[in-house]
Amino acid sequence: MRTIHAGKITEEVSLLCMEACYDLPPDVLRAIKCAADSEKSPLGKNILNKLIDNAELATRERMPYCHDTGLAVVFVEMGQDVHVVGGSLHEAIQAGVRKGYKEGYLRKSVVGDPLIRENTGDNTPAVVHTEIVEGQSIKLTVIPKGGGSENMSSLKFLLPGDGVEGIKQFVLQTVQEAGGKACPPVVVGVGIGGTFDHVAYLAKKALLRDIGVYNPKPHLAHLEKELLPLINQSGIGPQGLGGVNTALWVAVESYATHITALPVAVNLQCHAARKKTTTI
Amino acid sequence: MPLHRIKSPISEADIKSLRCGDEVLLTGTIFTARDAAHKRLIELIEKGEDLPVDLKGQIIYYVGPCPPRPGQAIGSAGPTTAYRMDPFTPAMLSYGVKGTIGKGPRRELVKEACSQYGAVYLAGIGGASALLAMAVEKAEVVAYADLGTEAIRRLEVVDFPLIVAYDIYGGDVFQNEIPKYAGLDLPVCK
Repeated sequence: MRTIHAGKITEEVSLLCMEACYDLPPDVLRAIKCAADSEKSPLGKNILNKLIDNAELATRERMPYCHDTGLAVVFVEMGQDVHVVGGSLHEAIQAGVRKGYKEGYLRKSVVGDPLIRENTGDNTPAVVHTEIVEGQSIKLTVIPKGGGSENMSSLKFLLPGDGVEGIKQFVLQTVQEAGGKACPPVVVGVGIGGTFDHVAYLAKKALLRDIGVYNPKPHLAHLEKELLPLINQSGIGPQGLGGVNTALWVAVESYATHITALPVAVNLQCHAARKKTTTI
Repeated sequence: MPLHRIKSPISEADIKSLRCGDEVLLTGTIFTARDAAHKRLIELIEKGEDLPVDLKGQIIYYVGPCPPRPGQAIGSAGPTTAYRMDPFTPAMLSYGVKGTIGKGPRRELVKEACSQYGAVYLAGIGGASALLAMAVEKAEVVAYADLGTEAIRRLEVVDFPLIVAYDIYGGDVFQNEIPKYAGLDLPVCK
C-alpha cells in the first residue's frame, strides 16, 4: 500500500491543465507539419502553416494554443494499492482544475447547469473517468475538450448486419456534417460496441492514443487505415475551406456488445488535439 | 487569391469589392459578441430598444477570449463556430451590422441575409488563437461585463487575417473550394 496526498494530485492536475493548453502534443504538431507539406489547397496550406506558427508561439509565450481551453476531461487510472490521504480523490482533481485554469490564465468555459447556463467561473466541474487498475501509482490524463468539435460528435445504434460498411458510412457522414465547424483537420475517435454509455466513453478514450499508433487488434487497425483516406477524400480540408487534409488521424476502440446491437460513437477532436499525461 | 487591406468600420465600397475566397487583413475597431450576448441583444432589438453599444455599421467578432496575462491586451482569441449565431444573424444584419467574423459554414438564411443587407461573413482561422491575439492591440469590455468571456468588447486590431467566406453576391467559399479537392488522395507524408 502506497500513500499519496490529495494535495499532490491537485498540484499535478493543475500543471496538466496548463501544459495541455500551452503545448500542442508532439505527435499532433508532427501531424500538422506533415499535413502542411502535403496540402494541395493554397488556402489550406496557408492555414496549416499558420497553425504551426501558432503552436510555436503558444509554447514560447505560455499562451493557450486555442482560446477554447475546453471542459476538462480527466482520465484517472487508479492503482488499487494506493491510499489517498488529506482529502478525496475527486475533490483533489476538481481543485487542480480550479487552480490550473485560474493560475494559467485559461478560459472558463463551464456553465453549472445546462439550462440555467451561469458560468461557474473556475471551469469546474471537470468530467472525470476513473478506472481501478493493478499497482500502486495513479496515472492522470487531462484532455481540455473544446466545444466546437464536441458539438459535432455523434452516436448511433447500427444494425449488426450493417457491419463495417455501415460503420464507415456513419463515421464519414459525421465528419461531413461537421465540415468546417469542427475545426479540421480533426482527430476522429471512434467507439464500437459496449452499451449506449460505454460506446461514447470508448470514442473519447480513442482520442488519448497518439497519432501514428494503430489499434493492436489487426481488424481494427485495418479499419483505421481504411477510414483515414476515406475521410480525407471528402475534400473538406483545413477549416472546411477545401483541401486534402480533413483528418489527422482516426483511432478506433472496441468492446464486447449485445447480440442485437452494433453501437457506434464518433467523437471529433479539433486540430487543437490537446492531451497531457503524468504518473504519480 | 486577392489580398485586401481593409479598415474597420468597413466602407460600402470595400464591402462591394470583396469576393468569397479573397484574403483580408483587417485594421481598426471591431466588437466581440457570441452566444449569450447575442441572446440579450436580440431581445432588445425585438422590443425596439437601444443596444448598450451602437453596432450599426460595425463588424462583430464571434469570440470568447482567454483572460490576458499582465501586460497583454487580450489572451488567446480565435473565432468560435459561427453557425450557433445563425438564428440571430438576419436580425443583426437588418439592424445594421455590416460584417461577422467566425469559423465554419453557416445556414442558407445567413448567406441570403448577407446579400439582402449588404454584409459579409469573414472566416478567421479557428484555433490559431495565440497568433490572432497578437493582432489585437487593445481590448475593452463595453457591455455585459457579467458574462465574463462572453461580454461585449471593443477591440482595436491590426492586420487581422481573414478569408471572405460569404460575399454580398451570394458567393460561398466552402461550396466553391471543397469540390475541387473531393476524391483526391492524400500524398504520403515524408
